[in-house]
Amino acid sequence: MMHFRTRFITQNIAKTLIWVAALSTIGVMILILFQILKEGLPVLHLRFFLDSPRSMGRQGGIFSTIIGTLALTVVAIIFATPLGVGTAIFLREYTRESRVSRLIRFGTDCLAGIPSIIFGLFGFVFFVITLNMGWSILSGGLTLAAMILPTIISTTEEAIKAIPYSFREVSYSLGGTRWQTVTRAVLPNAIPGIFTGIILSVGRSIGETAAVILTAGSSLIMPTSLFSPSRTMAVHFYILAREGISTEMAYGTGATLILLVLAINIVANWFLNRYIRRRA
Amino acid sequence: MVQENKIIIQGFNFYYDSLQALQTINLHIRSNEIFAIFGPARSGKTTLLKSLNRLTDLVHGTNHTGTILLDGADIYDSTMSLTQLRRRVGMVFDLPTPLPMSIFDNVAYGSRLSGTTQRRRLNEIVERALRSAVLWEEVKDRLTTSALRLSGGQQQRLCIARILALEPEVLLLDEPCSGLDPISTANIEQTLFELKKDYTIIIVPHNIQQASRVADRAGFFLSGELVEEGPAYQIFTGPKDKRTEDYVTGRFG
Repeated sequence: MMHFRTRFITQNIAKTLIWVAALSTIGVMILILFQILKEGLPVLHLRFFLDSPRSMGRQGGIFSTIIGTLALTVVAIIFATPLGVGTAIFLREYTRESRVSRLIRFGTDCLAGIPSIIFGLFGFVFFVITLNMGWSILSGGLTLAAMILPTIISTTEEAIKAIPYSFREVSYSLGGTRWQTVTRAVLPNAIPGIFTGIILSVGRSIGETAAVILTAGSSLIMPTSLFSPSRTMAVHFYILAREGISTEMAYGTGATLILLVLAINIVANWFLNRYIRRRA
Repeated sequence: MVQENKIIIQGFNFYYDSLQALQTINLHIRSNEIFAIFGPARSGKTTLLKSLNRLTDLVHGTNHTGTILLDGADIYDSTMSLTQLRRRVGMVFDLPTPLPMSIFDNVAYGSRLSGTTQRRRLNEIVERALRSAVLWEEVKDRLTTSALRLSGGQQQRLCIARILALEPEVLLLDEPCSGLDPISTANIEQTLFELKKDYTIIIVPHNIQQASRVADRAGFFLSGELVEEGPAYQIFTGPKDKRTEDYVTGRFG
């Protein structure tokens, strides 16, 4: 048995280290937020949100990039959610653990580890060139969809895995088919988990630059259809800062980006809580 | 009254991979009787119950030989509709398993699966089922609240109501009182006597006392084998087989 004193010291060291870890995480986060909001907030006026960029973004606002960002994200989610949720349902409810399911899971795990610029390159070659979609919201959205697919698959799988076996047994014992069991006894209870995966994916889509530059282009013109090229806020930020066009505007864009992600998270959480409360 | 056979089990063997869970079971279950299947743990009681509505199909790697006839029709025949079979032979599990939805939605679950969506029709079905399960008076004012807020005993009666809503012919009850207090247990046993008029009931009781209270006939299972079956009073007071006697008198188990 360890001496009481030694155990006491170990306990205190552990406690201190854990506190340091937690505080530095929060510290870094606050530092980043503070820096960007300090520089960015003074730029934020209604006109900054609603005006189109002028002279390469040196003046005007960022309206077209906000629209571009939202459009790309929506396209990505619309394509990735059914595919990802469907794959997860297939893996969990329609096959038993087999070589095929292991292969699919291995594939998605690999996909999750690939740097986004590789997805950009793939999107460029496949969507932009081969399918002749050009630099467009559709090309960019589909590329992002491929990128976030693994996240949606694995979070949905986890959510489905957490549903007690008894729910399925009850549903089958009441004469349910497999499909009815999945849609009525399993999925409704997995919604919160699936939703979390989608929110994570929205965050990644909004913040993505490399994959988007190569597939949606960097046009500042207001997009009018899915086939218009578009610049997202993240790309705009990157170009403004990288090419030294306007640090001020870059920070403004960054601050808007942060506030947008924050707003999406708050709204999503509100809906999620309402859903959970209604079922409990 | 001549009672006809509702279920006929002939030479039924059941395997989980290489493990044999049931050994050459021959058993007749009569209409409108309460038949108790009792025996120590791992004697194949639950496996037999789940074989009767083929819930065992959900488990991977199972196998069987022999036949089970329901009203003379082989339930393992390829023409037997699995969803129909499970509606005719309803099951209540050992632990209450309300789905995380309202009381009403739980009871209406099975009817909705088969396409009943008319609100008035569902209202009737739910009320009748809850009355049959002797739960109506306790929950009639809060049908829209979550079933998870009910007590354990109420949840189990809800599960009985849920299956009664489908008007099954046979009820399979797998230790339906295992998690319940004596008062809830008495409630459920009382319910069973009411239900006997309309249903054939096969119950795995959670102890011998319960078996002797509720059953018309009983069968003693040991290690996957049906040791002895017969009228309940005979099984519990004068069993023919030494092993049954030892178990009933509490010498092992």
